Amino acid sequence: MQAFTQVSGVVLPIDRSNVDTDAIIPKQFLKSIHRSGFGPHLFDAWRYLDEGQPGQDCSIRPLNKDFVMNEPRYQGASILLARDNFGCGSSREHAPWALSDYGIRALIAPSFADIFFNNCFKNGILPVVLAESIVEKLFQAVLATPHYQLTVDLNAKQVVTPDGQQFAFEVDEFRRYCLLNGLDDIGLTLRHADEIKAYEAQRKQSEPWIFGVTQ
Amino acid sequence: MMKPTTLYEKLWRSHVVREESDGTALIYIDRHLVHEVTSPQAFEGLKLANRPLWRVNSILATADHNTPTTNQEVIADPVSRLQVETLDKNCAKYNITEFPMGDHRQGIVHVIGPEQGATLPGMTVVCGDSHTSTHGAFAALAMGIGTSEVEHVMATQTLITQRAKTLRVSVEGTLSKGVTAKDVALAIIGKIGTAGGTGFAIEFAGSAIRSLTMEGRMTLCNMAIEAGARAGMVAVDDTTIQYVKGRPFAPKGALWDKAEAYWRTLVSDEGALFDKEVKLEAAQIEPLVTWGTSPEMVVPVNGHIPDPQLESDITRREGMERALRYMDLTPGKAITSIQIDKVFIGSCTNSRIEDLRAAAQVLKGKRIAANIKLALAVPGSGLVKAQAEQEGLDVIFKEAGFEWRNPGCSMCLGMNDDRLSPGERCASTSNRNFEGRQGALSRTHLVSPQMAAAAAVAGHFADVRALIG
Ligand code: SF4
Repeated sequence: MQAFTQVSGVVLPIDRSNVDTDAIIPKQFLKSIHRSGFGPHLFDAWRYLDEGQPGQDCSIRPLNKDFVMNEPRYQGASILLARDNFGCGSSREHAPWALSDYGIRALIAPSFADIFFNNCFKNGILPVVLAESIVEKLFQAVLATPHYQLTVDLNAKQVVTPDGQQFAFEVDEFRRYCLLNGLDDIGLTLRHADEIKAYEAQRKQSEPWIFGVTQ
Repeated sequence: MMKPTTLYEKLWRSHVVREESDGTALIYIDRHLVHEVTSPQAFEGLKLANRPLWRVNSILATADHNTPTTNQEVIADPVSRLQVETLDKNCAKYNITEFPMGDHRQGIVHVIGPEQGATLPGMTVVCGDSHTSTHGAFAALAMGIGTSEVEHVMATQTLITQRAKTLRVSVEGTLSKGVTAKDVALAIIGKIGTAGGTGFAIEFAGSAIRSLTMEGRMTLCNMAIEAGARAGMVAVDDTTIQYVKGRPFAPKGALWDKAEAYWRTLVSDEGALFDKEVKLEAAQIEPLVTWGTSPEMVVPVNGHIPDPQLESDITRREGMERALRYMDLTPGKAITSIQIDKVFIGSCTNSRIEDLRAAAQVLKGKRIAANIKLALAVPGSGLVKAQAEQEGLDVIFKEAGFEWRNPGCSMCLGMNDDRLSPGERCASTSNRNFEGRQGALSRTHLVSPQMAAAAAVAGHFADVRALIG
C-alpha cells in the first residue's frame, strides 16, 4: 500500500450530502476483476453526458460541463471536499480504487459512511472528519479562490490552509501507523497467528458446530 | 451479580482475539460468504502474496449479481461471464464450497446463507457486500466489508475493527394489516435518517419485532445498512430456533441441544444499557413509498411529495430539490397519482417465500395495468423458486402478467440485463433508490412486496390496505 504522510494539492468540492458509492463508481464497472483502471469512470454518471461502458476510451466522451469536476480550475485535484455521509451505500471497494486511480489522496467531510471509511484506509486514502462549520468555511474558500489548495498532514494530524490556519483532526492510532508506513494489514495480523490459533482451539471446544464442514 | 449486557456486547466479547489500547480489535470470523463481484481482487491478492486460506470450511460462495434471470445456461455479456467464471475457478482451486449457476441452491448470497443454516445464531458473518447486515436477524454479528477485508479474512480468519456504539430501536404494538417489515424498516430510516445509525450496531426490539417471522426480521436487518449502521440484529427466540432447526448446515443431535442452549442466551439482558434508544409505535406505521433518491426520503402511500421550501437546512433543501428534479416530481403531488412503468419484486430485501406469498395474495385473480411495461418476480434462490412453484405462486404471478424469473440480484442493481431504461419509473422491493441504481437515469420507488403488487395492478401507487380488505 502507498504510504501517506502529507498531501498538498488542489481541492475538488462535491457540494452535496449522502454521496453514495453507486455515484462514485456505477455498477457496470464492478464487473472488472482488477483493481485499477477505474479513475476515468470516477463519478461517471455525473461527469459524462453518455452512459459509460467498461473498457471504453473516455477521452472522446461528451463531458457534462455543469459538473464541478470538469471545471478547469479543479483539474489535478488530490483532495476532495464533501458533505455529510460521504460514501454511503454499497460496500464496493471500487469506490476508493476509483478515487485513488484518479489521483485523490485525501477526503474531507463532516462524516463518512462506515464501510467506505474503512476501505479508504486500505487503499492509502486518508478520510478526514472535520466539524460541519469548518467544512462549510472550506467550501466557501474553495469556491471563492481558483486553484485553492490545502495540505493534509497525517503526521501532525492537521489540515492546513494557504493562509496558515490549522484544523486538527482525530485518527485511530493503529490506522495512522499503518497509513504512515504503508503497511499491509494482513502481514501485521499474521504476526498474531498464534493468538488466532489459540482462540480457535478454545472456540472449537465451546462452539464446535461453527467448525462443521460446509458441504 | 454480573452487569447486564447487550446482545451486541455478548457477540463482540465472544469474538475478540486481541484488543489494542486504542480500541482497535481483531475479531474472529465464523462465516465468510463470497460472491463474484467483490472477491476476484482478493483471490488475486492471496495468489500474489502466496498466502493460503486460513479456514476453507468457513466459506460459502455463490454467484448472484451478474447472473442472468432468463436463460441461466449462458451469460451473454463476456465481462460478466469472466467474473462468474473467475469465481468458479477460484472456488475450485481453493476447494471452496460453491453453489454455482445451475445448482438448485444458488441464489442471492443473503438469501442462501440463512436458508442453508450457514448463518447461525452467535456467529460473526462477513461478506463483501453491504447488505450482510441481513444475517443479524439470527442474533449474529454480521457486517459488510470491502475487498481488502475479504482478502484479510481469507488469509487470517479475522477482521480488524472497532467496537460499535449500541442503538436499540424498539417497535412496540401490533402492525396494521398491509404493513410489513419493509415498512417498518423504511419508517425507521425515515425517522433517524440514512446516517442515523453511523457508528452504531442496531438491535431491533419490542413486541412488533418479536412477532415478525424470520423473513421479516431479515428484511429489517437487511435495511439496517441503509440507516448507516454497522450491523443490525434481533435477539434469539423460539422463532429463530424453529427456523434454524433442520437446515443443512445446522448442528444435529446432541450438538444441536448444546447449541440451542447457548443460543437462547443471545439476548440483551434485562436492564442492559444502550448508548442510544429510539422508539416507534407499530400502530402508527403505514405502508410507505420513497419519493426521492435516498431511502430516508419516504412518505405514507396516502401522503404527498414534500415541499423543499419548508426545509430550513440549506444542504438538505438542495438535496430534496435535486432529488425531485431527478425523479421528475413536484411538491404537493399525491403519491397515489404517480404512474409507474415497471415493477420489480425481488432482491435480498424482499425475495423470500413470505414476500412472494404476500405479493401473490394481492395479485391473485388480477392483471397488471396496461401502462406497466414489465413486471418481474425474481425469487431469491433456487429453493425459494421451487417452493413458490410448489405452492402455485408462479401461476398467480404469470396469470397476472408478471414474468417469473430465475434467482439473482437482477433489477436491484442491474448488473445483468434486468434494468430500467433512462427515465423509467419503477415500484421496487429492493433497498436503494440512488440515482442510476436500477439503470442510468432510472427512477426507483422503494416499497413492500404487497405495495409493489398493488402498484402493478393499479398502474400507479395504491394503498394495499384497500385491496386486501
Ligand atoms: S439483491 Fe441487491 S442489495 Fe442485495 S446483494 Fe444483490 S445487488 Fe446487493
